[in-house]
Amino acid sequence: MEKNHHIVGYITNIWVWVALVVLTIITITVAELDLQMLTVTVALAIATVKAGVVLAYFMHLKFDKIILTIFLGIVLLVFLSFIVLTFVDYSFRTTAI
Amino acid sequence: MIEQEEKQKPLNFFQDSGGKKGILAWITSTDHKRIGLLYLYSLSVFFLVGVTLGLLMRLELINPGKDIVEAQTYNGFFTLHGVIMIFLFVIPGIPAVFGNIAMPLMLGARDVAFPKLNLLSWYLYIFGAALALSTLLVGKGAPDTGWTFYAPYSIKTGTNVTMAVFAAFILGFSSILTGLNFLTTIHRMRCEGMTWFRMPLFAWALYATSWIQLLATPVIGITLLMIAAERTLGVGLFDPTLGGDPILYQHLFWIYSHPAVYIMILPGMGVISEILPVFARRRIFGYTAIVYSSLAIAFIGYFVWGHHMFTSGMSGPARIIFSILTFLVAIPSAIKVFNWLATLYKGSIDLKPPMLFALGFIFLFLIGGLTGLVSGALATTVHLHDTYFVVGHFHYVMFGGTGFAFFAAIHYWFPKIYGRMYDIKAATRNFWIIFGGFNVLYFPMLWAGMMGMPRRYYDYLPEFHIPNIISTLGSWIVAFGIIMMIITLVKGFRNGKPVGKNPWNALTLEWQADSPPITENFEELPVVTEGPYEYKS
Amino acid sequence: MSTHVEHRDDTARKMGMWLFLFTELLLFGGLFLVYSIYRFANPEDFARGGHELNVFIGAVNTIVLITSSLTVAISISAMQQGNKKLVLQMLGITIFLAIVFLVNKYFEWGHKIHYDLYPGSNLFRALPPGEGLYFLLYYFMTGLHALHVIIGAIILGFMAWYVHKDEIDATNYALLENGGLYWHLVDLIWIFLFPLMYLIH
Repeated sequence: MEKNHHIVGYITNIWVWVALVVLTIITITVAELDLQMLTVTVALAIATVKAGVVLAYFMHLKFDKIILTIFLGIVLLVFLSFIVLTFVDYSFRTTAI
Repeated sequence: MIEQEEKQKPLNFFQDSGGKKGILAWITSTDHKRIGLLYLYSLSVFFLVGVTLGLLMRLELINPGKDIVEAQTYNGFFTLHGVIMIFLFVIPGIPAVFGNIAMPLMLGARDVAFPKLNLLSWYLYIFGAALALSTLLVGKGAPDTGWTFYAPYSIKTGTNVTMAVFAAFILGFSSILTGLNFLTTIHRMRCEGMTWFRMPLFAWALYATSWIQLLATPVIGITLLMIAAERTLGVGLFDPTLGGDPILYQHLFWIYSHPAVYIMILPGMGVISEILPVFARRRIFGYTAIVYSSLAIAFIGYFVWGHHMFTSGMSGPARIIFSILTFLVAIPSAIKVFNWLATLYKGSIDLKPPMLFALGFIFLFLIGGLTGLVSGALATTVHLHDTYFVVGHFHYVMFGGTGFAFFAAIHYWFPKIYGRMYDIKAATRNFWIIFGGFNVLYFPMLWAGMMGMPRRYYDYLPEFHIPNIISTLGSWIVAFGIIMMIITLVKGFRNGKPVGKNPWNALTLEWQADSPPITENFEELPVVTEGPYEYKS
Repeated sequence: MSTHVEHRDDTARKMGMWLFLFTELLLFGGLFLVYSIYRFANPEDFARGGHELNVFIGAVNTIVLITSSLTVAISISAMQQGNKKLVLQMLGITIFLAIVFLVNKYFEWGHKIHYDLYPGSNLFRALPPGEGLYFLLYYFMTGLHALHVIIGAIILGFMAWYVHKDEIDATNYALLENGGLYWHLVDLIWIFLFPLMYLIH
């Protein structure tokens, strides 16, 4: 039996929360700036960092068996390929959709 | 008293009704073998409904013009034939029946990881099936869109598309839960000594399949919900007059439905990999290569969906990329076929019915695979797209492949499930009837397709008359063979000769359990010390 | 007579939950794919649609969900340490925050519906096609997300009941962890929905 579950302390949890709130404020502030094409990229980059923090700490991936993280990696890879391959079609369309 | 109880042989899973009576002992059971049989019986009924619809279609097509039904009824027939065969038979088929019955036994486990969830999957399956079939009876009748529900027609037609779409959604959910269950079972419940690379190839095939079920099915789920929303709210996600793009629907549909093709065929390949070494009395050739080719098929299978859309208005570079990726899938498929053939080489081959069906699979799958390459190559497919060539191709893969693997599996595991043997001679005869009839039925379709006969139509030009007559004749032979097969198996179930634990002298763990197995499979869980196919020849 | 010994595999239960979460991710993934294609095809229309949304309400809801994620995480830490009272308090706060989120959503949707902006309305039909697609996806995606918030809150309600009945305790809390995972998923989806819906320029 696997025992000795890692316990995430209350303080750690609260720090994670602080980080998430700060990142939310940053993403709203940055959105006000006029970054043109970069807007989506920056917004998604910040969202990804936030998601990473939630996954690692709140969802315990950092402390769980590595296999779960590998699973998640495969899932994200598959999903990204869906997006990329669909865009291969749409970026070369010569007529409007 | 106690001693007496200890000596008593534990009840097998037919006898142990869990203290309930009649049908309740079945529909409330969480035993993986009972659930597998629930699937087998319900699935067989739907299969026969699908076969009947197919026969009616073939009968209608025996002559040009109207023979037995109106065009609208015919459209309903072929849609429902597709929906039933795909969602109710071919996709759940081998995993839900034989995966459920055999896989935990093969792993040396007492059950699957989540037995209650397993039962829930079956209930969802039945509910979805009832919903799909009732589209025939209510409102404006069965959907007439084809099983693909292509937008924008699926949004505009007055037939029961919304209901059929919900049925497919529920069936998808059932499929997801089965996949989830199997993945956890394979990860967590292998018996002592059963390392990943001592696992039977059928379990490996199910592992790869389950990943596809898990990751591709949600995409079709949400797509079908979008179709339902469009129909009920009158908005246009895929309607070009409202700014939507119908080709995006096709992308989403095939993101699921192409990987789904591998949900259908991979478990069948797993069954073949089990049967060949047993009846050739040889160690399987290239165990590791077969394992990795299963995983490779599952993985690459996600990236080739565009080859269903070569003529639908996709941009040029996308078509080229999808065509190249499609050719890549042929590699792991061919690796399997070569390994199977190498397994047979110098084996002492015993042509029992399971082996015959397995060899039939290889032959028919080969034709299916090669015609697939013709359809996947960009240049040739423009000529063949939406012709009967494609219909012939996928029936060679789906029926000749998965269907034959299903028949092989039932003949292989029958003595394990029921503890009795069917009439081997009769079963051999049935194989030849089905195999012969199959080619009479589908080969003329390849021919008609090459001549340019378009698929899906109710009517055709007189020049396609001959292949259609032959094909319809073939459909009767196949139907006859299937009826004979069912009779033989039912007879075997009723009064076949009782068999011991291991009538085929196979080495995988399910043959160490009793026939039929006891409720929790093994009195003492087995310990594995070597690979599953170490036949000393 | 059964010799079956009830044996528990918490790792399997958690793995099953993660596998289920993956299906949820891909369910929303399909919608994100549709969103990205249509935004790529209609960038101006999407930006105009995005300006109609109230960033303040969206931001408040983001903070609400992040905080609810924190309280769930604390409830699990507390359960591991056997602090039943804190677990129940934290689950209570989480469910309360879920309701706050939904009330906000109700007013947000209600406001739009009030001035006739909903799929199928006359105003909606008059929109440029790209903007129509934007609002369609807005309703579909936030609607599906809200449905998950409701389901998540109900699940956490059951968890609180089990904790109260001591069916979940410091030695057997895999169920609570799984409930928490589901809730965090709801948060994860929103983390992407918020910038993609509210912060378009």
